[in-house]
Amino acid sequence: MTGIPQALDPAAAVRAALPEAVQDVIEFRGETTLVIARPHIVAACRFLRDTRGLVYNYLSDISAVDYLEPYGGWGDRPERFALAYHLLSMLYFRRLRLKVYVPEDDPVVDTVTPVWPGANWLEREIADMMGIRFAGHPDPRRLMMPEDWNGHPHRRDYPLGYETIMFSFNVDEIMKHKPFAKE
Amino acid sequence: MAIATAKNEQVARWEGNIEELRGLVSERAFTGETMLLNMGPHHPSTHGVLRVLLELDGEQIVSCLPDVGYLHTGIEKNMEHKTYEKCVTLTDRMDYLAPMSNNMAFCLAVEKLVDLDVPERAQIIRVIGLELTRINSHLVWLGTHALDLGAMSVFLYCFREREYILEMFEILSGQRMMTSYIRPGGVWRDIPPEFMPKLQQFLEYFPPRIDDYEKLLTNNPLWIDRTQGIGIIEPETALAWGVSGPSLRGSGINWDLRKAMPYSGYEQYDFDVPVGEHGDVYDRFLVRIREMRESVKILRQAAARLPAKGPFRSNNRKFVPPPRSELGQSMEAVIHHFKLWTEGFSAPDQEVFVAIESPRGEVSVYLHGTGGNRPRRVHYKTPSFMHIGALPVMTQGHLIADLVAIIGSIDIVLGDCDR
Repeated sequence: MTGIPQALDPAAAVRAALPEAVQDVIEFRGETTLVIARPHIVAACRFLRDTRGLVYNYLSDISAVDYLEPYGGWGDRPERFALAYHLLSMLYFRRLRLKVYVPEDDPVVDTVTPVWPGANWLEREIADMMGIRFAGHPDPRRLMMPEDWNGHPHRRDYPLGYETIMFSFNVDEIMKHKPFAKE
Repeated sequence: MAIATAKNEQVARWEGNIEELRGLVSERAFTGETMLLNMGPHHPSTHGVLRVLLELDGEQIVSCLPDVGYLHTGIEKNMEHKTYEKCVTLTDRMDYLAPMSNNMAFCLAVEKLVDLDVPERAQIIRVIGLELTRINSHLVWLGTHALDLGAMSVFLYCFREREYILEMFEILSGQRMMTSYIRPGGVWRDIPPEFMPKLQQFLEYFPPRIDDYEKLLTNNPLWIDRTQGIGIIEPETALAWGVSGPSLRGSGINWDLRKAMPYSGYEQYDFDVPVGEHGDVYDRFLVRIREMRESVKILRQAAARLPAKGPFRSNNRKFVPPPRSELGQSMEAVIHHFKLWTEGFSAPDQEVFVAIESPRGEVSVYLHGTGGNRPRRVHYKTPSFMHIGALPVMTQGHLIADLVAIIGSIDIVLGDCDR
């Protein structure tokens, strides 16, 4: 094709430009995932959007995962939470996933709204449902849940309704979340 | 917040809210120079339960803050507690006007996660379902959009034709709206014999009806006055705000996932992608009208290509239940049947991402398995969600009556937005 610059390998390009950003590259079912270090996410997004040969110009989705296992811990994952940014290059017809691990005790990530303003609501939803804060977000109000709601429903330790069967090992955990009338 | 007594309740609530809005509305709202007005959640033109907080200077919109969540039902959370097969039933309930697109996105994600094949015939049946869904959804959009702008008769005509499609869905899946017809590995059952004649009849009947809608609206001076030059989204703004589907194409960007990154054999069909020029309400209207004609084209080709006999779902018994006829003859079949309907199948502890072109735009599913029979995380990015998020950009400086036109033109479904 004429006029369109040669497509670059995103992993190699980001590694060359931001050597400290890429922690890992994962391939699964034809999808490429770059694991990005938390402080570098905005720089990586901007680089991927603006570089010739990459042009990931469209932000498809940001999702958050909670890796908490039923009996505590998060398996072999480095941190409890992860954010997955799904970028789309309309020029090269390909997608890329950026993954950022977020620790449980300091769940803050820089916002990518300066790069893609459409990230505004996607990040608000994650802040509301998963409790990951976005530093510098222009509108940090809750999105889905009522503004006086306690907790973040999409976390794995947040019960689904209040009908979990009570046993001696989990009774305390369940009672903690019961909506008793408060004094 | 201060404890509200009956006397000062209103004052206390009001002060609590206004400080939260600092930076989001202009400074003039705090001096009372502009008016803050709630539109919704029960305004009929907000298509469900959408509340829009408007800052008005006279009749002009200074800023607009959409508030969603009234239809939040925790579907994504619910899915984490269900097997993959059961999740399909929940996907219908998100975008209740385009159930099959949501089924399709989820099933494609599951198929990718477990590496499951889909036979060719099942893919064609899926395309038929998806395109019928697209026409169905566009008909509801056209009817309600025209109704919002005062053209009542279009609404009645559109719902007459929609009834036809819902009857076909009933023949196909036993349900009119919440079809759950598309399942991992194929579709729920084979096409019943009475379906194809009904489809042929519909394909004869429907194109002249589109001409009727166009006669009523396309050159109607009142319609043009209300829609042209209203709610313009520049192409760059549309991309930056994650606008997709017909709303993006209305801005002049030729991007349709069915063409660009085909799934389910869409590359084998011959159809055009209608593109607008100005990105206003009128162009989005034209794009959707033309899309209905393209869907008819695809349906014709799919009906011609559909083999009379053949598998309608995968033969991989580890993921897809065996046909009932085998249950009386094969012990293996009984075991598979029992395992799949009780425990379900397991998927690896990995993540996949799938996006398809729904009637409203790009629906994408992020699916993360646990290694067991339930997903760790399902996230739907839905076009309604992104479009309502972009509403403040589209409405800046318009009149309050134009807001109704703009909300109609981006084709939102609040169930789709809130999930």
